Amino acid sequence: MQDDIFEIGGKKLGSRLFIGTGKYASDSMIPDVCNSTGAGVITVALRRVDFNAITDNVMQHIPSHMQLMPNTSGARTSDEAIRIARLARATGCGNWIKIEVITDNKYLLPDGYQTAIATEVLTREGFAVFPYINPDLYVARDLVNAGAVAIMPLGAPIGTNRGLRTEEMIHILIDEIDLPIIVDAGIGKPSQACQAMEAGADACLVNTAIATSENPVLMGKAFAEAVRAGRHAFLAKARGTSKWASASSPLTGFIRNHEGQS
Amino acid sequence: MSFVSVLEKYQSIDIESVIDASDAHSVLRHLNKNSLNIDDFATLISPAALPYLEQIAQKSHDITRRYFGNTIHLFTPMYLSNYCNNRCLYCGFNHDTNIKRYQMSLDEVENEAKMIASTGLKHILILTGDAPNKASRSYLQSCCDVLKKYFSHISIEIYALDTQGYEDLIQSGVDGLTIYQETYNITLYQKLHPSGPKQNYLFRLDAPQRGAQAGMRSVTIGTLLGLDSWRKDIFFTALHASWLENEYPETEISIALPRIRPYYGCYQPEHPVSDQDMVQMIIAIRNFLPRCSITISTRERESFRNNILKLGVTKMSAGSTTAVGGHSLDNSLHNQFEISDKRSVDQMATYLEQNNIQPLYKDWERF
Repeated sequence: MQDDIFEIGGKKLGSRLFIGTGKYASDSMIPDVCNSTGAGVITVALRRVDFNAITDNVMQHIPSHMQLMPNTSGARTSDEAIRIARLARATGCGNWIKIEVITDNKYLLPDGYQTAIATEVLTREGFAVFPYINPDLYVARDLVNAGAVAIMPLGAPIGTNRGLRTEEMIHILIDEIDLPIIVDAGIGKPSQACQAMEAGADACLVNTAIATSENPVLMGKAFAEAVRAGRHAFLAKARGTSKWASASSPLTGFIRNHEGQS
Repeated sequence: MSFVSVLEKYQSIDIESVIDASDAHSVLRHLNKNSLNIDDFATLISPAALPYLEQIAQKSHDITRRYFGNTIHLFTPMYLSNYCNNRCLYCGFNHDTNIKRYQMSLDEVENEAKMIASTGLKHILILTGDAPNKASRSYLQSCCDVLKKYFSHISIEIYALDTQGYEDLIQSGVDGLTIYQETYNITLYQKLHPSGPKQNYLFRLDAPQRGAQAGMRSVTIGTLLGLDSWRKDIFFTALHASWLENEYPETEISIALPRIRPYYGCYQPEHPVSDQDMVQMIIAIRNFLPRCSITISTRERESFRNNILKLGVTKMSAGSTTAVGGHSLDNSLHNQFEISDKRSVDQMATYLEQNNIQPLYKDWERF
């Protein structure tokens, strides 16, 4: 399994778990969580970063080896998302950008249309764009055409910890979209991350479930192990399930002994 | 459509009797639902729910942690002007009150901004009395030009404006609106606001909607707890917030819970609200409106604020003064109301950190 390197956005990653920076009781936990998860990618909400802060600043706590994935949390339109992305790059956060455009504060569901517009513009400007979407095949195809480097479908609404409620739709994206699928949002337990990876997702992004647990460092480790286990199971090609029993003395077994059959 | 058409449906209903008629069985049933409606909310604020406060609080804590994390957003008010044409019976800036009236110059606003910004806060709430002839729209826009240099998020708590007025201020950098109905009881409202522009109940009732229509990122509503029975006013506050959430999903809707504290010489609440009442309303709101921000001000005592941190509150003011130029002017101007929790921003942040809650200084940027 040592050869299972995840290459994305021009980076080679040893871990398929992406983590976040929000909701921690203290940002000072972030280095320990980076360490316990072994994650190589961390997302940060630009709206919360104060580059001139006289107080503590989340960026000070992100280890230098981590690949930054700034996100456009708080954007309500493609224009706002584009402006946040440009600011991210101008302030030295690199050219990866996770597009979040949310026009519904009640359910925090992403706006696929606005996301596609922002993706198209930012891709032209040289960003590696990671759009966060509802697992919708048509939106995903638009994003492929717009130049996204991966698709980030939600498992359930942000912060709900409800697991892979959109599992069937995510399966369709895994089957039909020729880009990495990174399941983002809604994953509440390591077993759910494992389930997504077993199904063929390329990676998972987990924030709330780690940051709001009683022990984020230990929970991060649990998620890392679950993501790795799910990936191994996927690569090992676990057998599918069946509604019917597989008899040890099959009724058609005689065919194998029939003349002309092997 | 206006929220008044929703209110009208309740006109012939004695909502307090409906709330009081809830029974223990329905409390438990509602508590186990994933998504609550306004009838469920009525049950959670009923006397029948009192034996279950701990269970409701546990659920409230869990919901808050999932949606907002282990964080509290900090901000502070800045009083620009205390001129006022209203005669609100409960207010220290009442037109008839014999206090020194003052409005900060732009230089004074800048000094005040520097003082507040030195605490690390990036969210400012600017306040004025209801005197557009003094604190005019153009004065407010000039203040915003100054404040933008120091703060990433500017909210207003001023007199009610029309939609164009809100649009103009948004163009000047404002992105949050706080406006309290004070009470949804129209008869009581008229009695408490005997003259002045605020007398217009409907114009004020629709102000949050106009703010959302104009494009405010966040709209905070509330009543002044203690003017009427808290159960009635909180029922209609939650109904209003829920209606706004549904009509304007792109706007972050918040509820603030200012409570009149019975200080000597100040307006005495007709319907005093106890700490238990406050807890019950906070946890009921969180269960009914999981994504709604809940604000508690420094009107509340330090010990009470400390105890409610994990119940569902998401925003707190800190280092507050309710006098014009209270941070930087050396003359002693009259306070609008008394502050109870006198901790500085730094002291508040330290307390939060010691209790495993991250103080958030910044939550938006004018990109």
